[in-house]
Amino acid sequence: MAASSTARSFLQVAATEEVVSPLRVVQIEGLVILKIIKHCKEFSPALVTGQLLGLDVGSVLEVTNCFPFPIREEDEEIEADGANYQLEMMRCLREVNVDNNTVGWYQSTILGSYQTVELIETFMNYQENIRRCVCIIYDPSRSNQGVLALKALKLSDSFMELYRANSFTGEKLREKNLSWVDIFEEIPIKVSNSALISAFMTELESDTSVTQCDYDRLQLSSNPYMERNMEFLIECMDDLSMEQQKFQFYYRSLSRQQAQQQAWLQKRRSENMARKAAGEEPLPEEDPTNPIFKPIPEPSRLESFLITNQIANYCNQINGVAGQSFNRLYLMKSLHDN
Amino acid sequence: MANGDRTVLQFSTQSTANFSAEVHPLVIFNICDCYVRRPDQAERVIGTLLGSVLSDGTVDIRNSYAVPHTESADQVALDIEYHHNLLVSHQKVNPKEVIVGWYSTGLGVTGRSALIHDFYSREVPNPVHLTVDTGFRNGEGTIKAYVSVNLALGDRQLASQFQEIPLNLRMVEAELLGFDILKTTSVDKLPTDLEGMEVTMQRLLALIDDIYKYVDDVVEGRVAADNSIGRFISDTVAALPKLSPPAFDKLVNDSLQDQLLLLYLSSITRTQLALAEKLNTAAQIL
Repeated sequence: MAASSTARSFLQVAATEEVVSPLRVVQIEGLVILKIIKHCKEFSPALVTGQLLGLDVGSVLEVTNCFPFPIREEDEEIEADGANYQLEMMRCLREVNVDNNTVGWYQSTILGSYQTVELIETFMNYQENIRRCVCIIYDPSRSNQGVLALKALKLSDSFMELYRANSFTGEKLREKNLSWVDIFEEIPIKVSNSALISAFMTELESDTSVTQCDYDRLQLSSNPYMERNMEFLIECMDDLSMEQQKFQFYYRSLSRQQAQQQAWLQKRRSENMARKAAGEEPLPEEDPTNPIFKPIPEPSRLESFLITNQIANYCNQINGVAGQSFNRLYLMKSLHDN
Repeated sequence: MANGDRTVLQFSTQSTANFSAEVHPLVIFNICDCYVRRPDQAERVIGTLLGSVLSDGTVDIRNSYAVPHTESADQVALDIEYHHNLLVSHQKVNPKEVIVGWYSTGLGVTGRSALIHDFYSREVPNPVHLTVDTGFRNGEGTIKAYVSVNLALGDRQLASQFQEIPLNLRMVEAELLGFDILKTTSVDKLPTDLEGMEVTMQRLLALIDDIYKYVDDVVEGRVAADNSIGRFISDTVAALPKLSPPAFDKLVNDSLQDQLLLLYLSSITRTQLALAEKLNTAAQIL
């Protein structure tokens, strides 16, 4: 009896899953940031991607190194090549004691237009193999304004479950209380450097107190940037209105179908009354072969959510740049008055 | 009088006259990172430098990777296959980056470095050797670059010498990031746009204060007047465009109004989004 009770408790222990602490912070090394910036800038305006390597420790995801991916040509043979390149790089980096675990990937973007279905699919692919992965988005066009536009993103768990079930109907979404803000979670970034690097940088810092970054920030012309932002925003609004029209069409056809169903039902009922009066078998009140009973598929809301996310992003960017411009304009005004 | 019999040792400096190197901050980061991760028995790290040679002879060093090696008292063994593999991989991403030299940590050049330099000169005609002193032996981290120069006695080749070439550290990219992020061992969060703006404006204010103080000092005779600085200051002040106040005000107000318009548009868009979302998900099928 005692043996079986201990055996059960052992089984119980083995059966409890380890609690995964939620990811709270992504800790990046300065080296990784510099590498990402260099790679994205060299190839801008083309979009590039690369792999992140590091360690997953508790609630912190440490990113200690990265390597870029070559630009994929539109050729099917290169698939194997790409996998070979990755394996080769990881093997070589292992020999010089670099952390060998993939913890995610990074990609560059233009003006923040990165919320696409491909991003979600890549996330799902990575999530199959790695427990926690993160995607870092870098925007080289915003860096011309003197802002370091680096973001760490993760798909939220509730969204991932829904995506796996591949159902985006209105009811399911209302059940989970999921709205478009819940798709992506942004994780705060912390930067860490080894002591050696900080010693070097402290020494190599230029003596002037004004750096290139400051020149970029104080630049007065932000018009071209705003114009492009508005263009993208307008395009997205067009897409959103198209999605809205799809929904309207769906609802209209649904209500029309219901009206048709009711009419048919009435007719059947009156027929049945007539038959009963005549003493015949009543016909069934349902008829699955009739096309008006075919359920119309509800259009997926995924696209509209993604577009909404993008629009929100653009709006945020516009707000940020407008804020900076206000600062600059008032500064200029006071300088001139003096 | 017997001048004709003397042969002179020539240091051919013409070839290195306009030879200089530019290093990007990423290379230094890479080297330090590899040094920190080196295997326990190695006292220094050796690796390859990638980059390109510009048209005026400057060598632009843009990237680097470490190569495992073993060293004993008089022998050096370098993993050549690893070196070639990584080179091929790097070139898949960026075919314009070629080998331009090699680096090692530690101050000064040793005899074994000559052997390695020989190996690299078989790959590239004139490799650059970069030393990064991670031990801070002189009290500072010295970074030096050398090329090999042939010492010729008359017509006969005697030896090669490591000659230092001027090195230019391009810190522009590090500046973009902000030295505050790179200097400390950990930063809690990245600065947002407005915080960065604040820092910049404070720096500008500090500069203006400095100039003000300097001008005051000169006027009161505390500091000797320097004509060149005076000219700089007058140039700067003259760079402000001379617009009449109403024209200037109109300019500023127009820009202000444009920005306000854009803010208003973005707020409207957000309201629209909230409405659309409510309509989409709240509609119930009866």
